[in-house]
Amino acid sequence: MQEKIKVTINKKPIEVEQGTTIYKAAKELNIHIPVLCYMNLKDMGIEHNPGGCRMCIVEVEGARNLPPSCVTKCTDGMEIRTNTPRVLNARKTVMELILSDHPFDCLICAKSGTCDLQKMAQDLGIREIPYQGEQSTYREDTSPAIIREIDKCINCRRCETMCNDIQTVGALSGIYRGFEAVVAPAFEQNLEHSPCTYCGQCVAVCPTGALTEVDQTNSVLGALADPRKTVVVQTAPAVRAALGEEFGMKAGTLVTGKMTSALRELGFDYVFDTDFAADLTIMEEGTELLDRLGKHLKGDKDVKLPILTSCCPGWVSFFEHHFPEMKDIPSTARSPQQMFGAIAKNYFAEKIKVKREDMVVVSVMPCVAKKYERSRKEFSVNGDPDVNYSITTRELAHLIKQANIDFHTLDDQDFDQPLGESTGASVIFGTTGGVIEAATRTAYELHTGKKLDKVDFKQLRGMEGIREATVDMDGTQVRIGIAHGLGHARQLLEDIKKGKSQFHAIEIMACPGGCIGGGGQPLHHGNSQILIDRQKALYKEDAGKAIRKSHENPFIQTLYKEYLGEPCGERSHELLHTHYFDRKKRWIKK
Amino acid sequence: MSSVKVELHQKDVDKIKAIAKEHHNEPEELINVLHATQEFFGYLPAEVQEIVGEEMNVSAAKVFGVVTFYSFFTMTPMGRYPISICTGTACYVRGAETVLDEFKRQLNVEVGVTTEDGKFSINCLRCVGACGLAPVVMVGDKTYGRVSPDGVKDIIDEYKDAE
Repeated sequence: MQEKIKVTINKKPIEVEQGTTIYKAAKELNIHIPVLCYMNLKDMGIEHNPGGCRMCIVEVEGARNLPPSCVTKCTDGMEIRTNTPRVLNARKTVMELILSDHPFDCLICAKSGTCDLQKMAQDLGIREIPYQGEQSTYREDTSPAIIREIDKCINCRRCETMCNDIQTVGALSGIYRGFEAVVAPAFEQNLEHSPCTYCGQCVAVCPTGALTEVDQTNSVLGALADPRKTVVVQTAPAVRAALGEEFGMKAGTLVTGKMTSALRELGFDYVFDTDFAADLTIMEEGTELLDRLGKHLKGDKDVKLPILTSCCPGWVSFFEHHFPEMKDIPSTARSPQQMFGAIAKNYFAEKIKVKREDMVVVSVMPCVAKKYERSRKEFSVNGDPDVNYSITTRELAHLIKQANIDFHTLDDQDFDQPLGESTGASVIFGTTGGVIEAATRTAYELHTGKKLDKVDFKQLRGMEGIREATVDMDGTQVRIGIAHGLGHARQLLEDIKKGKSQFHAIEIMACPGGCIGGGGQPLHHGNSQILIDRQKALYKEDAGKAIRKSHENPFIQTLYKEYLGEPCGERSHELLHTHYFDRKKRWIKK
Repeated sequence: MSSVKVELHQKDVDKIKAIAKEHHNEPEELINVLHATQEFFGYLPAEVQEIVGEEMNVSAAKVFGVVTFYSFFTMTPMGRYPISICTGTACYVRGAETVLDEFKRQLNVEVGVTTEDGKFSINCLRCVGACGLAPVVMVGDKTYGRVSPDGVKDIIDEYKDAE
């Protein structure tokens, strides 16, 4: 047992363990110290405290200077004051200095209202910037999904921690020094030419408007205003569990019905559900799994196992960049977003007699990478993308606010048919463990020919970064692995590479928590309880559904009967499957 | 990106791999590996940094971060005859700056830049420990003491027609 030490903060005594920082000790006393660069993502095991912003300075009796509380450890007998005039004055000066090198376009900044810097300047009552001087400038970098406006960067380096330590993507790093210091990809390339997966976790933790998603709300409004266009919208499962937060509702409030109403009020011609396509994904991916597993059990040595899920575009980019030699292991099934796009622009367009080019498909996603995914060339026909625009949960909230829709008083409406019907299995696609549970429900019944009475596979649920479980499919033991967060995915991939992996199937989602923690969701500001609440909401929606197995979705059955034929059949392959590319850069001359 | 586009040959890659291995491919050894690599190639082009990163298990972005942080590392190839002018205190007070200006004028390049023919590059350094000879200039490993602006032409001429 570690020895405890005694300190006082604002004259309140507290005992803490040796090694506790002043910031954490104060937190235990409910004494608030403002922080800007500091970030504590407890459940991901990451504490980011470079001590760089100097907002968290405090006064320590006997110390000459004002130490930053996020990195300074308590020592026995320390007398700490967090709000003396000296501290407040210094804090104000620090803020004025930060702002002296920050653009003043808050009114039109994408982060306005949710910006940590703006809030802190407000809290400190800054009304003028006494320091006038040169401002650092850096070119803007626009990629298909993320915009870097480095002039707004305050060098907190949170993005660097997410990109390198949590996601192990390694796209961003602090470069140069002093006034020239910026965060950038290697060799100051644009993001597009870096190994960035567009997972958007950097965007999710950026305290300012330096990193934002590419805003497509204006394009969506343009399509809605065009009378020649039939505008179809699809909403991903994780959106309904988080959108309410943008309107002040508690995390985990399900707003499926209100969201559907709002989309109708915005003027979408058809309000459909990506969940429908998630059920379709299960049909294709589940069939592929059973096919590979069956061959494996018959002793086929050439069959590739484990099969890896492929619904997450951040994850797909990750293995294309970092593990291209393994690109034939993941399922070839397209993501639900892309399956939806292909079905909408082929099957549905035909059905309602609308020409492909007159249909606009919009997706609402918890995700930033989906913007990139929709732009991939293989998902276009003659330059017309299957999904025209992809907006995040945050962007949808902006659209609703822009249209003056009172979200709270909206009635609960249902999705349109036929692409709006979904099962409980598809709803849980939005959380880590959900895709593989959904696949297991269908694979079990198809494999055994028996009816599954208990559809909840609790052993697959949870929040640990890497989980494993064995599912008994009537005597066949199927070993399943689950990883969320790309750093955890990397660990499982390294095992496969070394031939050490024991799994038959692995589910991977790029974002911590899965899509509920996606880069396009309402900002959680490091509070991981929000993710847990969103997860609970999805399991609740699943439990409340009449049909909870993808293959029992009647509209999916009709789709196969009328149009697709068999899962993994010829037409399915053409519309619902894809292939992957080696995106690793090589400079070596052969 | 201030680097010349280069295509590495397998033997270059093998050299980097060997240097990384000497340092046990430990990420903590990155700076030492970059030192040794720069010594071999004369500079650190992007392509070299990528291989170093791969071998050291550090992202190219991080390697680039280190290379741009420390002024010793350079991404521009140095001349065949790298000229270093000491601008440490002793040399400075004895006129190093006028010597530096003369080199810049005669070669028509700035500090950190290489002449078009690839022969010369100018860099400043801080104290070579020969303050008795101030101001000091080094060309490659050769040291010149008590250099005055008038002596600059002779030093350049010594190398101009070499090879």
